[in-house]
Amino acid sequence: MAFSAFATGTAKEQAPRRKSRIALLLLLPGILYLMLFFLVPLVSLVITSFQQPIPFGDIGEYQTAFKWENYVDVVNTYGEHIFRSFGYAILATIFALLFSYPLAYFIGVTARRWPLVQNLMLVLVIAPFFISFLLRTLAWKSLLSDESFVISGLKALSLMAPDAHFTGTPAAVIFGLTYNFIPFMTLPLYSTLERLDTRLLEAGSDLYSKPSMTFFKVTVPLSMSGIVSGVLLTFIPAAGDYINASRDFLGGTGTQMIGNVIESNFLVTLNYPAAAALSIILMAVILVMVTVYVKRSGTEDLL
Amino acid sequence: MTLQEGLAVTDAVTTPRQSPRRGVRLGLGNWLLPLYAILALVFLLIPIAYTFVFSFNNSVKSNIVWRGFTFDKWLNVCDQIDVCVAFGNSLIIGVTATIAATVLGTMIAIALVRYRFRFRSAISLLLFLPMATPEVVLGAGLASEFLGAGVEKGLGTIIIAHTMFCVSFVVVTVKARVSTLDPALEEAGRDLYGSPNQVFWRITFPLLLPGIIAAALLSFALSFDDFIITNFNAGTTSTFPKYIYISAARGIPAEANVIASAVFILAIVLVLISQISSAMKRKKLAANGG
Repeated sequence: MAFSAFATGTAKEQAPRRKSRIALLLLLPGILYLMLFFLVPLVSLVITSFQQPIPFGDIGEYQTAFKWENYVDVVNTYGEHIFRSFGYAILATIFALLFSYPLAYFIGVTARRWPLVQNLMLVLVIAPFFISFLLRTLAWKSLLSDESFVISGLKALSLMAPDAHFTGTPAAVIFGLTYNFIPFMTLPLYSTLERLDTRLLEAGSDLYSKPSMTFFKVTVPLSMSGIVSGVLLTFIPAAGDYINASRDFLGGTGTQMIGNVIESNFLVTLNYPAAAALSIILMAVILVMVTVYVKRSGTEDLL
Repeated sequence: MTLQEGLAVTDAVTTPRQSPRRGVRLGLGNWLLPLYAILALVFLLIPIAYTFVFSFNNSVKSNIVWRGFTFDKWLNVCDQIDVCVAFGNSLIIGVTATIAATVLGTMIAIALVRYRFRFRSAISLLLFLPMATPEVVLGAGLASEFLGAGVEKGLGTIIIAHTMFCVSFVVVTVKARVSTLDPALEEAGRDLYGSPNQVFWRITFPLLLPGIIAAALLSFALSFDDFIITNFNAGTTSTFPKYIYISAARGIPAEANVIASAVFILAIVLVLISQISSAMKRKKLAANGG
Protein backbone atom coordinates (compact mmCIF):
# COMPACT_ATOMS: atom_id res chain seq x y z
CA MET A 1 0.00 0.00 0.00
CA ALA A 2 1.25 3.41 -0.87
CA PHE A 3 0.50 4.66 2.61
CA SER A 4 2.67 1.98 4.06
CA ALA A 5 5.28 2.25 1.34
CA PHE A 6 7.35 4.40 3.64
CA ALA A 7 6.99 2.16 6.65
CA THR A 8 10.48 1.92 8.02
CA GLY A 9 10.34 -1.26 10.05
CA THR A 10 11.04 -3.95 7.48
CA ALA A 11 13.67 -2.04 5.54
CA LYS A 12 15.66 -1.36 8.69
CA GLU A 13 16.50 -4.95 9.48
CA GLN A 14 17.61 -5.65 5.93
CA ALA A 15 19.61 -2.49 5.36
CA PRO A 16 23.25 -3.41 5.72
CA ARG A 17 25.51 -1.07 7.63
CA ARG A 18 27.62 0.59 4.99
CA LYS A 19 29.50 3.80 4.40
CA SER A 20 27.01 6.41 5.46
CA ARG A 21 28.85 9.07 3.48
CA ILE A 22 27.46 7.60 0.27
CA ALA A 23 23.99 7.54 1.79
CA LEU A 24 24.36 11.20 2.68
CA LEU A 25 25.43 12.09 -0.86
CA LEU A 26 22.48 10.19 -2.28
CA LEU A 27 19.95 11.71 0.10
CA LEU A 28 21.18 15.26 0.37
CA PRO A 29 20.08 16.79 -2.97
CA GLY A 30 16.53 15.41 -2.84
CA ILE A 31 15.99 16.08 0.84
CA LEU A 32 17.31 19.64 0.55
CA TYR A 33 15.03 20.14 -2.42
CA LEU A 34 11.97 18.98 -0.47
CA MET A 35 12.93 21.11 2.52
CA LEU A 36 13.34 24.17 0.33
CA PHE A 37 10.21 23.70 -1.79
CA PHE A 38 7.88 21.78 0.52
CA LEU A 39 8.74 22.56 4.16
CA VAL A 40 9.77 26.20 3.76
CA PRO A 41 6.55 26.95 1.81
CA LEU A 42 4.49 25.48 4.68
CA VAL A 43 6.36 27.68 7.16
CA SER A 44 5.88 30.60 4.79
CA LEU A 45 2.12 29.89 4.78
CA VAL A 46 2.01 29.93 8.57
CA ILE A 47 3.89 33.26 8.68
CA THR A 48 1.70 34.76 5.96
CA SER A 49 -1.46 33.70 7.78
CA PHE A 50 -0.58 36.05 10.67
CA GLN A 51 0.38 39.03 8.51
CA GLN A 52 -1.42 42.35 8.49
CA PRO A 53 -1.78 44.97 5.75
CA ILE A 54 0.92 47.64 5.61
CA PRO A 55 -0.67 50.91 6.78
CA PHE A 56 -1.37 53.09 3.74
CA GLY A 57 0.11 50.32 1.51
CA ASP A 58 -1.19 49.07 -1.80
CA ILE A 59 -3.52 46.10 -2.18
CA GLY A 60 -1.52 42.92 -1.67
CA GLU A 61 1.15 44.53 0.54
CA TYR A 62 1.49 42.91 3.94
CA GLN A 63 3.93 43.02 6.83
CA THR A 64 4.90 40.39 9.35
CA ALA A 65 2.76 40.50 12.49
CA PHE A 66 0.97 38.18 14.85
CA LYS A 67 -2.55 38.92 13.78
CA TRP A 68 -4.24 35.71 14.91
CA GLU A 69 -7.61 37.38 14.32
CA ASN A 70 -7.08 36.45 10.66
CA TYR A 71 -8.17 32.94 11.61
CA VAL A 72 -11.32 34.20 13.37
CA ASP A 73 -12.10 36.36 10.36
CA VAL A 74 -11.82 33.60 7.79
CA VAL A 75 -13.87 31.20 9.89
CA ASN A 76 -16.57 33.85 10.25
CA THR A 77 -16.51 34.78 6.57
CA TYR A 78 -15.95 31.37 5.04
CA GLY A 79 -17.24 28.96 7.69
CA GLU A 80 -19.95 27.87 5.29
CA HIS A 81 -17.38 27.06 2.57
CA ILE A 82 -15.22 25.06 4.98
CA PHE A 83 -18.21 23.10 6.19
CA ARG A 84 -19.45 22.54 2.64
CA SER A 85 -16.04 21.29 1.45
CA PHE A 86 -15.88 18.55 4.04
CA GLY A 87 -19.55 17.67 3.55
CA TYR A 88 -19.14 17.29 -0.21
CA ALA A 89 -15.87 15.39 0.23
CA ILE A 90 -17.40 12.93 2.73
CA LEU A 91 -20.41 12.27 0.48
CA ALA A 92 -18.23 11.85 -2.62
CA THR A 93 -16.00 9.43 -0.69
CA ILE A 94 -19.00 7.32 0.40
CA PHE A 95 -20.43 7.22 -3.13
CA ALA A 96 -17.03 6.34 -4.59
CA LEU A 97 -16.65 3.50 -2.07
CA LEU A 98 -20.11 2.09 -2.86
CA PHE A 99 -19.42 2.38 -6.59
CA SER A 100 -15.92 0.93 -6.47
CA TYR A 101 -16.23 -2.00 -4.08
CA PRO A 102 -18.22 -4.33 -6.36
CA LEU A 103 -16.09 -3.30 -9.35
CA ALA A 104 -12.84 -3.93 -7.49
CA TYR A 105 -14.23 -7.21 -6.15
CA PHE A 106 -15.07 -8.38 -9.64
CA ILE A 107 -11.65 -7.46 -11.03
CA GLY A 108 -9.66 -8.70 -8.04
CA VAL A 109 -11.54 -11.86 -7.06
CA THR A 110 -14.04 -13.04 -9.65
CA ALA A 111 -11.85 -12.28 -12.68
CA ARG A 112 -8.84 -14.16 -11.28
CA ARG A 113 -9.61 -17.01 -13.60
CA TRP A 114 -9.00 -14.77 -16.61
CA PRO A 115 -5.78 -12.77 -16.14
CA LEU A 116 -6.23 -11.14 -19.54
CA VAL A 117 -9.69 -9.80 -18.63
CA GLN A 118 -8.29 -8.67 -15.30
CA ASN A 119 -5.47 -6.69 -16.93
CA LEU A 120 -7.74 -5.18 -19.56
CA MET A 121 -10.24 -4.02 -16.94
CA LEU A 122 -7.46 -2.47 -14.86
CA VAL A 123 -6.27 -0.53 -17.89
CA LEU A 124 -9.84 0.73 -18.37
CA VAL A 125 -10.06 1.79 -14.71
CA ILE A 126 -6.94 3.95 -15.05
CA ALA A 127 -7.83 5.11 -18.58
CA PRO A 128 -9.45 8.34 -17.29
CA PHE A 129 -6.03 9.33 -15.89
CA PHE A 130 -4.69 9.69 -19.41
CA ILE A 131 -7.12 12.36 -20.47
CA SER A 132 -7.17 15.84 -18.99
CA PHE A 133 -8.97 16.06 -15.63
CA LEU A 134 -10.47 19.39 -16.74
CA LEU A 135 -11.76 18.05 -20.07
CA ARG A 136 -13.34 15.05 -18.36
CA THR A 137 -15.20 17.38 -16.03
CA LEU A 138 -16.27 19.65 -18.90
CA ALA A 139 -17.50 16.59 -20.80
CA TRP A 140 -19.89 15.83 -17.92
CA LYS A 141 -20.96 19.46 -17.89
CA SER A 142 -22.09 19.17 -21.53
CA LEU A 143 -23.54 15.69 -21.08
CA LEU A 144 -25.63 16.82 -18.10
CA SER A 145 -26.53 20.33 -19.25
CA ASP A 146 -30.19 21.36 -19.46
CA GLU A 147 -30.25 20.70 -23.23
CA SER A 148 -28.59 17.27 -22.96
CA PHE A 149 -30.66 14.23 -23.74
CA VAL A 150 -30.09 12.81 -20.24
CA ILE A 151 -31.62 15.79 -18.48
CA SER A 152 -34.33 16.46 -21.10
CA GLY A 153 -35.15 12.76 -21.00
CA LEU A 154 -35.55 12.85 -17.22
CA LYS A 155 -37.79 15.89 -17.60
CA ALA A 156 -39.89 14.21 -20.29
CA LEU A 157 -40.39 11.28 -17.94
CA SER A 158 -41.38 13.76 -15.20
CA LEU A 159 -38.55 12.47 -13.01
CA MET A 160 -37.25 16.02 -12.87
CA ALA A 161 -39.16 19.28 -12.59
CA PRO A 162 -39.32 21.04 -15.99
CA ASP A 163 -37.55 24.16 -14.68
CA ALA A 164 -34.92 22.30 -12.63
CA HIS A 165 -31.21 22.26 -13.44
CA PHE A 166 -28.53 19.73 -12.67
CA THR A 167 -25.29 21.60 -13.44
CA GLY A 168 -24.61 24.34 -10.93
CA THR A 169 -26.19 22.42 -8.06
CA PRO A 170 -24.47 20.75 -5.08
CA ALA A 171 -25.55 17.39 -6.53
CA ALA A 172 -23.58 18.09 -9.70
CA VAL A 173 -20.45 19.02 -7.72
CA ILE A 174 -20.71 15.86 -5.60
CA PHE A 175 -21.29 13.86 -8.78
CA GLY A 176 -18.16 15.38 -10.35
CA LEU A 177 -16.03 14.78 -7.26
CA THR A 178 -17.25 11.18 -7.09
CA TYR A 179 -16.58 10.52 -10.77
CA ASN A 180 -13.14 12.11 -10.79
CA PHE A 181 -11.88 10.24 -7.75
CA ILE A 182 -13.41 6.79 -8.37
CA PRO A 183 -10.16 5.30 -9.73
CA PHE A 184 -8.33 6.30 -6.51
CA MET A 185 -10.83 4.23 -4.63
CA THR A 186 -10.93 1.31 -7.05
CA LEU A 187 -7.17 0.76 -7.37
CA PRO A 188 -6.27 0.33 -3.68
CA LEU A 189 -9.42 -1.76 -3.13
CA TYR A 190 -8.40 -3.94 -6.05
CA SER A 191 -4.88 -4.41 -4.75
CA THR A 192 -6.09 -5.75 -1.38
CA LEU A 193 -8.95 -7.82 -2.80
CA GLU A 194 -6.54 -9.29 -5.32
CA ARG A 195 -4.66 -10.90 -2.42
CA LEU A 196 -7.81 -12.07 -0.62
CA ASP A 197 -7.55 -15.77 0.20
CA THR A 198 -10.80 -17.15 -1.18
CA ARG A 199 -10.47 -20.30 0.93
CA LEU A 200 -11.50 -18.14 3.88
CA LEU A 201 -14.77 -17.32 2.13
CA GLU A 202 -15.32 -21.02 1.47
CA ALA A 203 -14.65 -21.68 5.14
CA GLY A 204 -17.33 -19.12 5.98
CA SER A 205 -19.93 -20.85 3.82
CA ASP A 206 -18.86 -24.27 5.09
CA LEU A 207 -19.68 -23.01 8.56
CA TYR A 208 -23.22 -22.23 7.37
CA SER A 209 -22.75 -18.48 7.17
CA LYS A 210 -25.05 -16.62 4.82
CA PRO A 211 -23.23 -14.96 1.87
CA SER A 212 -24.05 -11.51 3.29
CA MET A 213 -22.63 -12.50 6.67
CA THR A 214 -19.45 -13.90 5.08
CA PHE A 215 -19.12 -10.63 3.20
CA PHE A 216 -19.38 -8.40 6.27
CA LYS A 217 -17.50 -10.68 8.68
CA VAL A 218 -14.73 -11.92 6.38
CA THR A 219 -14.35 -10.00 3.13
CA VAL A 220 -14.77 -6.46 4.48
CA PRO A 221 -12.41 -6.85 7.47
CA LEU A 222 -9.78 -8.48 5.25
CA SER A 223 -9.96 -5.63 2.75
CA MET A 224 -9.83 -2.93 5.44
CA SER A 225 -6.38 -1.67 4.46
CA GLY A 226 -7.60 -1.11 0.91
CA ILE A 227 -10.72 0.66 2.16
CA VAL A 228 -8.63 2.96 4.36
CA SER A 229 -6.17 3.77 1.56
CA GLY A 230 -9.00 4.38 -0.90
CA VAL A 231 -10.93 6.59 1.50
CA LEU A 232 -7.86 8.74 2.20
CA LEU A 233 -6.90 8.94 -1.48
CA THR A 234 -10.42 10.11 -2.34
CA PHE A 235 -11.18 12.31 0.64
CA ILE A 236 -8.00 14.41 0.74
CA PRO A 237 -8.05 15.60 -2.88
CA ALA A 238 -11.86 15.95 -2.88
CA ALA A 239 -11.78 18.27 0.13
CA GLY A 240 -9.20 20.54 -1.49
CA ASP A 241 -10.54 20.42 -5.05
CA TYR A 242 -11.89 23.56 -6.64
CA ILE A 243 -12.34 22.55 -10.26
CA ASN A 244 -15.59 20.62 -9.92
CA ALA A 245 -17.14 23.33 -7.75
CA SER A 246 -16.02 26.14 -10.05
CA ARG A 247 -18.75 28.07 -11.86
CA ASP A 248 -17.29 27.30 -15.30
CA PHE A 249 -17.34 23.57 -14.52
CA LEU A 250 -20.03 21.74 -12.54
CA GLY A 251 -20.61 24.26 -9.75
CA GLY A 252 -22.69 27.37 -9.32
CA THR A 253 -22.79 30.38 -7.05
CA GLY A 254 -23.88 28.37 -4.01
CA THR A 255 -21.39 25.54 -4.33
CA GLN A 256 -18.03 27.25 -3.76
CA MET A 257 -15.65 25.14 -1.73
CA ILE A 258 -12.64 26.08 0.39
CA GLY A 259 -10.32 25.60 -2.60
CA ASN A 260 -12.27 28.17 -4.62
CA VAL A 261 -11.99 30.67 -1.78
CA ILE A 262 -8.26 30.06 -1.35
CA GLU A 263 -7.75 30.54 -5.09
CA SER A 264 -9.76 33.74 -5.33
CA ASN A 265 -8.20 35.24 -2.21
CA PHE A 266 -4.69 34.41 -3.33
CA LEU A 267 -4.85 35.08 -7.06
CA VAL A 268 -7.69 37.57 -7.49
CA THR A 269 -8.13 39.79 -4.43
CA LEU A 270 -4.49 39.31 -3.30
CA ASN A 271 -5.63 38.73 0.29
CA TYR A 272 -2.67 36.46 1.05
CA PRO A 273 -3.20 36.20 4.82
CA ALA A 274 -6.77 34.98 4.37
CA ALA A 275 -5.72 32.44 1.73
CA ALA A 276 -2.88 31.24 3.95
CA ALA A 277 -5.07 30.94 7.05
CA LEU A 278 -7.65 28.94 5.07
CA SER A 279 -4.91 26.64 3.73
CA ILE A 280 -3.61 26.00 7.24
CA ILE A 281 -7.15 25.29 8.47
CA LEU A 282 -7.77 22.90 5.56
CA MET A 283 -4.56 21.04 6.23
CA ALA A 284 -5.11 20.89 10.01
CA VAL A 285 -8.68 19.58 9.69
CA ILE A 286 -7.56 16.95 7.17
CA LEU A 287 -4.71 15.80 9.42
CA VAL A 288 -7.03 15.52 12.44
CA MET A 289 -9.75 13.69 10.50
CA VAL A 290 -7.25 11.32 8.90
CA THR A 291 -5.62 10.50 12.24
CA VAL A 292 -8.96 9.84 13.95
CA TYR A 293 -10.20 7.78 11.01
CA VAL A 294 -7.06 5.68 10.80
CA LYS A 295 -7.11 5.06 14.57
CA ARG A 296 -10.82 4.15 14.48
CA SER A 297 -10.45 1.70 11.64
CA GLY A 298 -7.60 -0.02 13.45
CA THR A 299 -5.00 0.38 10.73
CA GLU A 300 -2.44 2.63 12.40
CA ASP A 301 0.40 0.82 10.72
CA LEU A 302 -0.70 2.32 7.41
CA LEU A 303 0.77 5.66 8.36
CA MET B 1 -3.23 13.01 -13.84
CA THR B 2 -3.46 14.56 -10.40
CA LEU B 3 -1.23 13.73 -7.46
CA GLN B 4 -3.67 11.37 -5.82
CA GLU B 5 -4.20 9.59 -9.09
CA GLY B 6 -0.49 9.03 -9.15
CA LEU B 7 -0.61 7.66 -5.64
CA ALA B 8 -3.37 5.25 -6.59
CA VAL B 9 -1.35 4.06 -9.59
CA THR B 10 1.77 3.59 -7.50
CA ASP B 11 -0.38 1.69 -5.09
CA ALA B 12 -1.55 -0.78 -7.69
CA VAL B 13 1.89 -1.05 -9.30
CA THR B 14 3.96 -1.58 -6.19
CA THR B 15 1.69 -4.09 -4.51
CA PRO B 16 2.95 -7.57 -5.31
CA ARG B 17 0.54 -9.67 -7.27
CA GLN B 18 -0.36 -13.18 -6.34
CA SER B 19 -0.55 -15.98 -8.81
CA PRO B 20 -4.11 -16.40 -10.02
CA ARG B 21 -6.23 -18.74 -8.01
CA ARG B 22 -9.65 -20.06 -8.78
CA GLY B 23 -12.26 -17.38 -8.16
CA VAL B 24 -15.18 -17.84 -5.81
CA ARG B 25 -18.74 -18.51 -6.68
CA LEU B 26 -20.90 -15.44 -6.77
CA GLY B 27 -23.64 -15.29 -4.21
CA LEU B 28 -25.68 -12.70 -6.03
CA GLY B 29 -26.37 -14.69 -9.13
CA ASN B 30 -23.65 -15.32 -11.64
CA TRP B 31 -24.44 -12.51 -14.03
CA LEU B 32 -25.18 -9.59 -11.75
CA LEU B 33 -21.63 -8.70 -10.72
CA PRO B 34 -20.06 -9.00 -14.21
CA LEU B 35 -22.88 -6.90 -15.62
CA TYR B 36 -22.31 -4.26 -12.97
CA ALA B 37 -18.54 -4.23 -13.60
CA ILE B 38 -19.07 -3.71 -17.33
CA LEU B 39 -21.59 -0.91 -16.77
CA ALA B 40 -19.26 0.72 -14.22
CA LEU B 41 -16.39 0.71 -16.69
CA VAL B 42 -18.62 2.12 -19.43
CA PHE B 43 -19.60 4.91 -17.03
CA LEU B 44 -15.92 5.68 -16.35
CA LEU B 45 -15.21 5.89 -20.07
CA ILE B 46 -18.14 8.11 -21.11
CA PRO B 47 -16.29 11.47 -20.79
CA ILE B 48 -13.32 10.06 -22.72
CA ALA B 49 -15.57 8.98 -25.57
CA TYR B 50 -17.23 12.40 -25.51
CA THR B 51 -13.89 14.23 -25.70
CA PHE B 52 -12.74 11.98 -28.54
CA VAL B 53 -15.95 12.34 -30.56
CA PHE B 54 -15.97 16.12 -30.20
CA SER B 55 -12.40 16.33 -31.52
CA PHE B 56 -14.01 15.59 -34.92
CA ASN B 57 -16.65 18.28 -34.53
CA ASN B 58 -16.73 20.89 -37.26
CA SER B 59 -17.11 23.54 -34.59
CA VAL B 60 -16.87 27.25 -35.22
CA LYS B 61 -15.84 28.81 -31.95
CA SER B 62 -17.05 26.87 -28.97
CA ASN B 63 -17.28 23.13 -29.16
CA ILE B 64 -20.59 22.33 -27.51
CA VAL B 65 -23.10 21.74 -30.32
CA TRP B 66 -22.44 19.02 -32.89
CA ARG B 67 -21.98 20.62 -36.33
CA GLY B 68 -20.83 17.69 -38.42
CA PHE B 69 -17.83 15.45 -38.83
CA THR B 70 -14.42 16.71 -39.94
CA PHE B 71 -10.76 15.67 -39.83
CA ASP B 72 -9.86 19.32 -40.15
CA LYS B 73 -9.01 19.91 -36.48
CA TRP B 74 -6.71 16.89 -36.39
CA LEU B 75 -4.87 18.04 -39.51
CA ASN B 76 -4.55 21.70 -38.51
CA VAL B 77 -4.21 21.55 -34.74
CA CYS B 78 -1.94 24.57 -34.60
CA ASP B 79 -4.45 26.87 -36.29
CA GLN B 80 -5.41 27.60 -32.70
CA ILE B 81 -1.91 28.81 -31.89
CA ASP B 82 -2.65 29.31 -28.15
CA VAL B 83 -3.46 25.61 -27.70
CA CYS B 84 -0.20 24.63 -29.35
CA VAL B 85 1.89 27.08 -27.32
CA ALA B 86 0.25 25.82 -24.11
CA PHE B 87 0.84 22.22 -25.16
CA GLY B 88 4.49 22.98 -25.97
CA ASN B 89 4.97 24.58 -22.55
CA SER B 90 3.43 21.54 -20.88
CA LEU B 91 5.85 19.29 -22.75
CA ILE B 92 8.90 21.38 -21.76
CA ILE B 93 7.76 21.49 -18.12
CA GLY B 94 6.89 17.80 -18.10
CA VAL B 95 10.21 16.65 -19.53
CA THR B 96 12.38 18.92 -17.35
CA ALA B 97 10.51 18.19 -14.12
CA THR B 98 10.49 14.46 -14.91
CA ILE B 99 14.25 14.33 -15.41
CA ALA B 100 14.96 16.33 -12.25
CA ALA B 101 12.49 14.38 -10.08
CA THR B 102 13.61 11.01 -11.43
CA VAL B 103 17.28 11.70 -10.64
CA LEU B 104 16.56 13.08 -7.14
CA GLY B 105 13.98 10.41 -6.29
CA THR B 106 16.04 7.45 -7.56
CA MET B 107 19.00 8.53 -5.44
CA ILE B 108 16.79 8.75 -2.35
CA ALA B 109 15.20 5.37 -3.08
CA ILE B 110 18.58 3.65 -3.35
CA ALA B 111 19.77 5.27 -0.12
CA LEU B 112 16.57 4.27 1.74
CA VAL B 113 16.82 0.61 0.85
CA ARG B 114 20.58 0.09 0.81
CA TYR B 115 21.97 2.21 3.62
CA ARG B 116 21.54 2.77 7.28
CA PHE B 117 21.44 6.31 8.57
CA ARG B 118 19.94 8.41 11.29
CA PHE B 119 16.69 10.36 10.96
CA ARG B 120 15.22 7.65 8.75
CA SER B 121 11.68 8.14 10.03
CA ALA B 122 11.90 11.93 9.73
CA ILE B 123 12.99 11.52 6.12
CA SER B 124 10.18 9.06 5.43
CA LEU B 125 7.70 11.55 6.83
CA LEU B 126 9.16 14.34 4.68
CA LEU B 127 8.67 12.11 1.63
CA PHE B 128 5.16 11.03 2.60
CA LEU B 129 3.68 14.42 3.53
CA PRO B 130 3.70 16.03 0.05
CA MET B 131 1.52 13.15 -1.17
CA ALA B 132 -0.99 13.62 1.66
CA THR B 133 -1.21 17.40 1.37
CA PRO B 134 -4.06 18.86 -0.70
CA GLU B 135 -2.80 20.44 -3.91
CA VAL B 136 -4.23 23.87 -3.05
CA VAL B 137 -2.04 23.95 0.04
CA LEU B 138 1.08 22.89 -1.89
CA GLY B 139 0.33 25.48 -4.56
CA ALA B 140 -0.47 28.35 -2.20
CA GLY B 141 2.56 27.54 -0.02
CA LEU B 142 5.04 27.66 -2.89
CA ALA B 143 3.41 30.78 -4.28
CA SER B 144 3.73 32.53 -0.94
CA GLU B 145 7.39 31.48 -0.74
CA PHE B 146 8.07 32.87 -4.24
CA LEU B 147 6.18 36.02 -3.33
CA GLY B 148 8.24 36.51 -0.18
CA ALA B 149 11.49 35.89 -2.03
CA GLY B 150 10.48 38.21 -4.87
CA VAL B 151 10.79 35.48 -7.52
CA GLU B 152 8.97 36.21 -10.75
CA LYS B 153 6.54 33.41 -11.63
CA GLY B 154 6.88 31.65 -14.96
CA LEU B 155 8.14 28.50 -16.62
CA GLY B 156 10.93 28.14 -14.02
CA THR B 157 8.65 28.30 -10.99
CA ILE B 158 6.26 25.77 -12.57
CA ILE B 159 9.18 23.37 -13.15
CA ILE B 160 10.33 23.81 -9.53
CA ALA B 161 6.79 23.07 -8.29
CA HIS B 162 6.30 20.00 -10.47
CA THR B 163 9.69 18.55 -9.55
CA MET B 164 8.75 18.95 -5.88
CA PHE B 165 5.54 16.90 -6.03
CA CYS B 166 7.00 14.27 -8.39
CA VAL B 167 9.99 13.36 -6.17
CA SER B 168 7.91 11.42 -3.62
CA PHE B 169 6.19 9.38 -6.34
CA VAL B 170 9.53 8.50 -7.90
CA VAL B 171 10.80 7.37 -4.49
CA VAL B 172 7.81 5.06 -3.89
CA THR B 173 7.97 3.52 -7.36
CA VAL B 174 11.74 3.01 -7.53
CA LYS B 175 11.94 1.87 -3.90
CA ALA B 176 9.56 -0.99 -4.66
CA ARG B 177 11.98 -2.08 -7.40
CA VAL B 178 15.16 -1.65 -5.32
CA SER B 179 13.81 -3.85 -2.56
CA THR B 180 13.18 -6.72 -4.99
CA LEU B 181 16.82 -6.60 -6.17
CA ASP B 182 18.98 -9.51 -5.11
CA PRO B 183 22.09 -8.07 -3.39
CA ALA B 184 23.93 -11.27 -4.39
CA LEU B 185 24.10 -10.02 -7.99
CA GLU B 186 26.04 -6.95 -6.94
CA GLU B 187 28.21 -9.04 -4.63
CA ALA B 188 29.05 -11.29 -7.57
CA GLY B 189 30.10 -8.19 -9.52
CA ARG B 190 32.38 -7.07 -6.67
CA ASP B 191 33.82 -10.56 -6.29
CA LEU B 192 34.78 -10.42 -9.95
CA TYR B 193 36.78 -7.26 -9.24
CA GLY B 194 34.25 -4.82 -10.67
CA SER B 195 34.88 -1.28 -9.44
CA PRO B 196 31.96 0.28 -7.54
CA ASN B 197 31.29 2.37 -10.63
CA GLN B 198 31.21 -0.65 -12.90
CA VAL B 199 29.01 -2.58 -10.49
CA PHE B 200 26.51 0.26 -10.34
CA TRP B 201 26.30 1.03 -14.05
CA ARG B 202 26.58 -2.54 -15.37
CA ILE B 203 24.50 -4.38 -12.77
CA THR B 204 22.43 -2.22 -10.42
CA PHE B 205 21.28 0.43 -12.88
CA PRO B 206 20.08 -1.94 -15.65
CA LEU B 207 18.15 -3.96 -13.05
CA LEU B 208 16.54 -0.80 -11.69
CA LEU B 209 15.73 0.57 -15.12
CA PRO B 210 12.14 -0.76 -15.41
CA GLY B 211 11.28 0.88 -12.06
CA ILE B 212 12.97 4.10 -13.09
CA ILE B 213 11.11 4.18 -16.40
CA ALA B 214 7.79 3.56 -14.64
CA ALA B 215 8.57 6.37 -12.21
CA ALA B 216 9.49 8.74 -15.03
CA LEU B 217 6.28 7.99 -16.95
CA LEU B 218 4.23 8.55 -13.81
CA SER B 219 6.02 11.86 -13.14
CA PHE B 220 5.41 13.02 -16.68
CA ALA B 221 1.72 12.13 -16.48
CA LEU B 222 1.38 13.94 -13.13
CA SER B 223 3.15 17.02 -14.40
CA PHE B 224 1.34 17.10 -17.73
CA ASP B 225 -2.14 17.10 -16.18
CA ASP B 226 -1.42 19.21 -13.12
CA PHE B 227 -3.61 22.26 -12.88
CA ILE B 228 -4.07 23.38 -9.27
CA ILE B 229 -0.41 23.75 -8.26
CA THR B 230 0.44 25.19 -11.68
CA ASN B 231 -2.30 27.80 -11.44
CA PHE B 232 -0.75 29.22 -8.26
CA ASN B 233 2.78 29.35 -9.64
CA ALA B 234 2.42 30.05 -13.37
CA GLY B 235 2.12 33.82 -13.52
CA THR B 236 1.16 34.56 -17.11
CA THR B 237 2.69 31.37 -18.52
CA SER B 238 0.16 29.06 -20.12
CA THR B 239 0.09 25.29 -19.84
CA PHE B 240 -2.36 22.88 -21.47
CA PRO B 241 -4.59 22.40 -18.38
CA LYS B 242 -4.39 26.11 -17.57
CA TYR B 243 -5.46 26.94 -21.11
CA ILE B 244 -8.52 24.71 -20.70
CA TYR B 245 -9.40 26.27 -17.34
CA ILE B 246 -9.22 29.78 -18.73
CA SER B 247 -11.14 29.00 -21.92
CA ALA B 248 -13.82 27.01 -20.06
CA ALA B 249 -15.86 30.18 -19.63
CA ARG B 250 -16.01 31.00 -23.36
CA GLY B 251 -15.83 27.47 -24.74
CA ILE B 252 -12.99 25.06 -25.48
CA PRO B 253 -11.91 24.87 -29.14
CA ALA B 254 -12.00 21.39 -30.70
CA GLU B 255 -8.22 21.58 -31.12
CA ALA B 256 -7.86 21.03 -27.35
CA ASN B 257 -9.90 17.81 -27.72
CA VAL B 258 -7.57 16.77 -30.53
CA ILE B 259 -4.46 17.18 -28.35
CA ALA B 260 -6.07 15.46 -25.36
CA SER B 261 -7.27 12.56 -27.53
CA ALA B 262 -3.87 12.16 -29.18
CA VAL B 263 -2.13 12.10 -25.78
CA PHE B 264 -4.70 9.60 -24.54
CA ILE B 265 -4.18 7.25 -27.49
CA LEU B 266 -0.40 7.46 -27.12
CA ALA B 267 -0.60 6.69 -23.38
CA ILE B 268 -2.96 3.74 -23.86
CA VAL B 269 -0.74 2.30 -26.60
CA LEU B 270 2.29 2.60 -24.30
CA VAL B 271 0.43 0.85 -21.47
CA LEU B 272 -0.76 -1.95 -23.75
CA ILE B 273 2.74 -2.46 -25.18
CA SER B 274 4.24 -2.73 -21.70
CA GLN B 275 1.48 -5.14 -20.63
CA ILE B 276 1.97 -7.34 -23.68
CA SER B 277 5.77 -7.32 -23.44
CA SER B 278 5.71 -8.28 -19.75
CA ALA B 279 3.18 -11.05 -20.48
CA MET B 280 5.45 -12.36 -23.24
CA LYS B 281 8.47 -12.20 -20.95
CA ARG B 282 6.62 -14.23 -18.31
CA LYS B 283 5.68 -16.81 -20.94
CA LYS B 284 9.29 -17.01 -22.14
CA LEU B 285 10.58 -17.42 -18.59
CA ALA B 286 8.02 -20.12 -17.91
CA ALA B 287 8.99 -21.91 -21.13
CA ASN B 288 12.70 -21.74 -20.30
CA GLY B 289 12.16 -22.79 -16.70
CA GLY B 290 9.90 -25.72 -17.59
